[in-house]
Amino acid sequence: MRKMTDLVIIGGGPAGLCAAAAAYDCGVRDILILEREDALGGILRQCVHSGFGLHTFGEELTGPEYAGRCIELVRSRGIACRTGTTVLDISRDKVITATNETDGIFEIRARAIILAMGCRERPVGALTVPGTRPSGVYSAGTAQKFVNILGFMPGKSVVILGSGDIGLIMARRMTLEGAEVKAVCEIMPYSSGLARNIEQCLNDFGIPLLLSHTVVRIHGKERLEGVTVAKVDGARRPIAGTEEYIPCDTLLLSVGLIPENELSKAAGVCLSARTNGALVDQDRQTGIEGIFACGNVLHVHDLVDFVSEEAAIAGRGAAAYLRGARADKTDIPITAGEKIRYTVPQKITRIDDVKICFRVSEVCENARLCVYADGAAVVSRRLKKATPGKMETVALKKEQIGQASALEIRLEEEICKNGN
Amino acid sequence: MFDVIVIGAGVVGGMIARELSAYACRVCILEKENDVAAGASKANSGIVHAGFDAAEGTLKAGLNVEGAARMEEVARQLGVKYQRNGALVVGFDGSDREKIETLLARGEKNGVKDLRILEREELRRMEPNLSPEAVCALYAPTSAIVCPYELTVAAVGNAMDNGAVLKCGFEVRRIEKTDGGFTVYGENDSVRGRYVVNAAGVYADAIAGMVGDRRFRITPRRGEYILHDKEYGALVRATVFRTPSENGKGILISPTVDENLLTGPTANAAADKEDKQTSADGLSLIRAQTRGMLPSLSFDRAITVFCGLRATADTGDFIIDSPLDGFINAAGIDSPGLSASPAIARYVVGLLKQAGFSAEKKKDFDPIRRPMHFFAGLSRAEQNELIQKDGRFGRVVCRCERVTEGEIVYAMRQNPKPTDLDGVKRRTRAQMGRCQGGFCLPYLVEIAARELGIPCEQITKRGGDSRIITGKTKGDA
Repeated sequence: MRKMTDLVIIGGGPAGLCAAAAAYDCGVRDILILEREDALGGILRQCVHSGFGLHTFGEELTGPEYAGRCIELVRSRGIACRTGTTVLDISRDKVITATNETDGIFEIRARAIILAMGCRERPVGALTVPGTRPSGVYSAGTAQKFVNILGFMPGKSVVILGSGDIGLIMARRMTLEGAEVKAVCEIMPYSSGLARNIEQCLNDFGIPLLLSHTVVRIHGKERLEGVTVAKVDGARRPIAGTEEYIPCDTLLLSVGLIPENELSKAAGVCLSARTNGALVDQDRQTGIEGIFACGNVLHVHDLVDFVSEEAAIAGRGAAAYLRGARADKTDIPITAGEKIRYTVPQKITRIDDVKICFRVSEVCENARLCVYADGAAVVSRRLKKATPGKMETVALKKEQIGQASALEIRLEEEICKNGN
Repeated sequence: MFDVIVIGAGVVGGMIARELSAYACRVCILEKENDVAAGASKANSGIVHAGFDAAEGTLKAGLNVEGAARMEEVARQLGVKYQRNGALVVGFDGSDREKIETLLARGEKNGVKDLRILEREELRRMEPNLSPEAVCALYAPTSAIVCPYELTVAAVGNAMDNGAVLKCGFEVRRIEKTDGGFTVYGENDSVRGRYVVNAAGVYADAIAGMVGDRRFRITPRRGEYILHDKEYGALVRATVFRTPSENGKGILISPTVDENLLTGPTANAAADKEDKQTSADGLSLIRAQTRGMLPSLSFDRAITVFCGLRATADTGDFIIDSPLDGFINAAGIDSPGLSASPAIARYVVGLLKQAGFSAEKKKDFDPIRRPMHFFAGLSRAEQNELIQKDGRFGRVVCRCERVTEGEIVYAMRQNPKPTDLDGVKRRTRAQMGRCQGGFCLPYLVEIAARELGIPCEQITKRGGDSRIITGKTKGDA
């Protein structure tokens, strides 16, 4: 006989923790959080820099401090957690198989599940960079773990590929620990990181940012000895003759985050090719009844505050589901139209006020953000500056959705740059 | 003093050592690198070829067919993965068809069973994802796949469990003929043996030269590969080859026994015997040729790229002979070397016997090795029983490949014991998943340091200067 739990949450980072607290506050008591690391907190544990919590708490906290607040939400409510526990499988009828050192391999039947597994980093192998395969090539998050959790330096002279926030943060982190960060290369003509990070992590330390550059070759037999970088053209292809060799013993990669949806797929959850996360409705419920998703596993966030907000939506949604709420026949697709890379949610199944998250597909200035309900504009406002790196939101009132059968978000001129 | 010194711990040296360890004799394996399977044995296609490829009458042909016939049983004994998934040599036009018919005829002469030609319809049914432009194919149902480094580790391990000694980090510098046999000198060490077997891969000509045998030359040829996510592992079922051209076999597309998809190899000159670089041109060629055969494969899920060096002899065939009394060459073992390896081993032992090797077979030789990946094969109840005894089997370290700490510790304690993280990787598959060690690398450093009894700072990727960490943060010089 397998134990039945009302709500199982996969992942004990800010998404899972905040979702648990929200579900609890809606009356759910039989909750279990499963976390594979030995401690709760997720990736925030290794994000020792500050900048978290401005929205959620009105304070600027470090990653571990923000994680600590989320953990306190759960502890103070007495919500059960099992750490050091890796979920191996979720079946289509919500049977979770997990393992840890004390319980061994066990199964739990869940009435509702919230997926909060976060994301992983794209590795160097996925870029198929030619050259050798020496030690000294790491994804930025792995280097961050070495430095901030284990207390080890992964290298002394560093080139970073990718100017997303993780790359920028690690440029500063490595410098503060005495490494020489020689350059940050970014294949796009703009950085996807937050402007304040460019300022505080690169400019403040005199670290050059090489836009429209990429690494074209890795050198070094046993340990990395250097990289060849080159300028790229508008199609992001290396331009012959622009190659430059940079001696270094460390290459850090910050070249993309990929939501970790192996378990979601096992459970039969349909994913969006645009987000690599689940297709969800306004309550963050996936296509499988009773399975919800939030946080980086759903779409990669840039601010953890929005993760907490989204997690609360999922928690409330799961609570409503456990109370007996079921989606009615409403199924209003939200289309990511012109210059919109994706939206979350991708559909409305319950008419109510909703906040739609989206990202633009190219850098845009002074564009007009429009939301169309069955072809009629219900929102039309100026979007002063939007970049693919920054998640935006647009709020819709219940009345604006009305009786529409389809919604579309798109950007219309005025000035959009496609990166040339 | 050993009876037989085997130079080279690749799949050929490993199989030879294993074959010898069944006899009551002392075997020593010398390996230049920090671990076994460090050369071509870890960077090849993993195909157990049916045997239609090599020219009739060559050693390659005969040993391929014999080795391939024995491989399933060898894999079973050694507890390694083996899958008879068949092979297809795909043709796109009349000229290809002619070549395919030639291969069919050659295969039959070489003793390959069940070869036949498929027409478009049947080919489509068998492999629906292949390009619709493919018009025919040679089908070789006996072709199989293995994991070549898993096989090599297991062969060496089984040899060691039966008494063979392995010395890694031993680069042979000089060989002296003595009354009793040979003295083989490394940088700081020397080993004496009655017989020497040269299975030194790309350096086999250098080793042969040390005893005055300069009849052949080994020219390393680079073979680059792209490995894809398991999500694409089922795009083809058989190992799919292009029809060969003047340049060689051409690239293949194959599932691996671990359910990834492998594409490659190229065939390019190497700058020297250590040049294992992938190149922009090589990778582009793989992509272009792959697209021609498998139009639906997207390259957005590549996991890694790598390059192996083929030990190609200028004689066009394997060189397995005895140039002087007591010294046996097993040189120029490029494709189909992996497939032929069990047969090469028997052949070499035959040559040793001709040279006077007369040890008795051991009564207590155990050909069976427990699979490294035994945990996944246990029942749930057995797994939990094991976790009760050793909680580490309940702690998943590599989530992409589901490798537990218990399995990593187990692998680090089996012959041949790894001393670097690539060695741990090849034995456990930890770091071989889609995140390529992104999550598990820090844990592996800690586990390896603990098991090896050295500080984390000394853990390397593959020995030498390939340290993972350069020092501590804060307050370390």
